[in-house]
Amino acid sequence: MKLKLKRTKRNALGDIALILASALALLLVIGSLAVIVIDVGIHGYERLSWAFLTESPDNGMMGGGIFPAIVGTTAMVFLMTLAGVPIGVATAVYLHEYAAPDSRFAKLVRIAVQNLAGVPSIVFGLFGLGFFIQWVGPGIDRFLLGGARMFGQPGILWASLTMAVLTLPVVIVATEEALSNVPNSVREAAFALGATKFQVVATVVVPQSLAGILTGGILAVSRGAGEVAPLLFTGAAYFLPELPSRFSDQFMHLGYHVYVLSTQSPDVDATQPILYATVLVLLALVFMLNLTAMVARSRMRRHFA
Amino acid sequence: MERTSTTPPPSVKLSIRDLQVSYGSKRALGPISVDIYERNVTALIGPSGCGKSTFLRSLNRMNDLVPSAQIEGSVKLDGTELYGAQVDPVGVRRRIGMVFQQSNPFPKSIAENVAYGLKIEKKLQKSEIRDRVEQALRRSALWEEVKDRLDESALRLSGGQQQRLCIARALAVNPDVLLMDEPASALDPIATARIEQLIHELSASVTVVIVTHNLQQAARVSSYTAFFYLGDLVEYNRTEVIFRNPSQEKTEEYVTGKFG
Ligand SMILES: Nc1ncnc2c1ncn2[C@@H]1O[C@H](COP(=O)(O)OP(=O)(O)OP(=O)(O)O)[C@@H](O)[C@H]1O
Ligand SMILES: [Mg+2]
Repeated sequence: MKLKLKRTKRNALGDIALILASALALLLVIGSLAVIVIDVGIHGYERLSWAFLTESPDNGMMGGGIFPAIVGTTAMVFLMTLAGVPIGVATAVYLHEYAAPDSRFAKLVRIAVQNLAGVPSIVFGLFGLGFFIQWVGPGIDRFLLGGARMFGQPGILWASLTMAVLTLPVVIVATEEALSNVPNSVREAAFALGATKFQVVATVVVPQSLAGILTGGILAVSRGAGEVAPLLFTGAAYFLPELPSRFSDQFMHLGYHVYVLSTQSPDVDATQPILYATVLVLLALVFMLNLTAMVARSRMRRHFA
Repeated sequence: MERTSTTPPPSVKLSIRDLQVSYGSKRALGPISVDIYERNVTALIGPSGCGKSTFLRSLNRMNDLVPSAQIEGSVKLDGTELYGAQVDPVGVRRRIGMVFQQSNPFPKSIAENVAYGLKIEKKLQKSEIRDRVEQALRRSALWEEVKDRLDESALRLSGGQQQRLCIARALAVNPDVLLMDEPASALDPIATARIEQLIHELSASVTVVIVTHNLQQAARVSSYTAFFYLGDLVEYNRTEVIFRNPSQEKTEEYVTGKFG
């Protein structure tokens, strides 16, 4: 058979079409991000100032800053991570390292996790309201605090825990993925040196998965920082110049603040610069969180490579 | 290595009786009975799938980790039953180390790799750990090459160095027996020669059981050889007997390269 070396016209056309299609897709992705960032940047920049970042809102939301919302968002994300990541990692470690491959129970948990990931966020809000605020909270109030109403109402703790539940699937899936990337030969090496199951997991498998676990943490944090719907029922305050000082306090949240500014303002023109500036801060906060985690992850990679 | 027929046989380190392993309903090994002699190198040879790795992994209870594996029979180390009800497999693996075909260093530093077995066992002084790391690296003939880069990642070592690191890691806990499953099959001839030399040196202090597909290697490094075929131990004898004067036809065919 004669070898055909010449490029056919059909092949060449196919290449061009594919290149065009991927260029278009790329443009769409980068373009929309650029439009958002530039639009928000230009409009939000003017109103941005040190005072805006460090003062409370006043004058019916048409003046002042967004300091309580920045602190509230950060605190909520922090509490959410503190509660959600350990539980998610522990769940994934159980599923991947301890459960038998054909375990019924593990299969059930996995299905639950997958479905949890598909539940609309507003439903998580209702869950938080029904579970934490109307059931767990009043229980705490009645049995531990002698009846004073404290946890039986929306507050930053319940909001964070609700968010933690919402972000749990992200952490679990990312962690399991990271664990499955650890080659079995390394587990065997540790076992062969006389490590117990727990030692293998704690000193070899989990450390080697840290970069992946961190990725899950980042995804969870970005999702948690941007999600608003679950907070509506669980603790976000419409307007609250004081910072939360107890777990049961309500708090202001950047995302919720954006929603409030854009829908509840008596004077749309007057609030618009504030609105843009708030969005800018929210975006910056999420980008910053992502960046921090990305740097941490690449450091980790370098350390282990 | 050469032993004349007048020297008494060495003492038995591992005594295996009626050992049988199946995966699910499929028998993979035995029942076989064999004695492994102390401070000697014993080679396990035989065609692929004949149960060499299965046998090796039964000696340090690594097969316990395979859910479908069923192990019957008895393995005694210095007279102590390893499959006794009270025996912790973790303890068995501390006394019987293992080196795998594919080198499998942890993504940690060279020193941390070697120290791993020590650190998980008990809390030791830093200086003690450092000494034992050096000692293990010297025993595995790696010390001169890595002494200035102990804190570097083990993954940056060459394949042959990584395998010697894995040997050092196994030696650091001072095992009585070292099991090696085709330790040199992924290495070039020079690295292989180093490993063989090392095995020879180690046999002065530890009992070595090595699986190899390389018959010359078996002949070079071992003083006893066991020939496995289809899950059975066909013949077990001094290496020179197996290679020059085997009693079984199957053995002869295998060592002369008629199949395998
Ligand atoms: N984890 C396992 N599950 C099921 N069957 C297994 C398992 N490990 C080995 N076997 C089977 O047991 C038999 C013996 O395998 P083993 O790995 O001991 O052979 P081997 O002599 O080491 O072969 P090789 O020279 O190719 O490494 C084979 O038929 C193999 O398919
Ligand atoms: Mg094998």
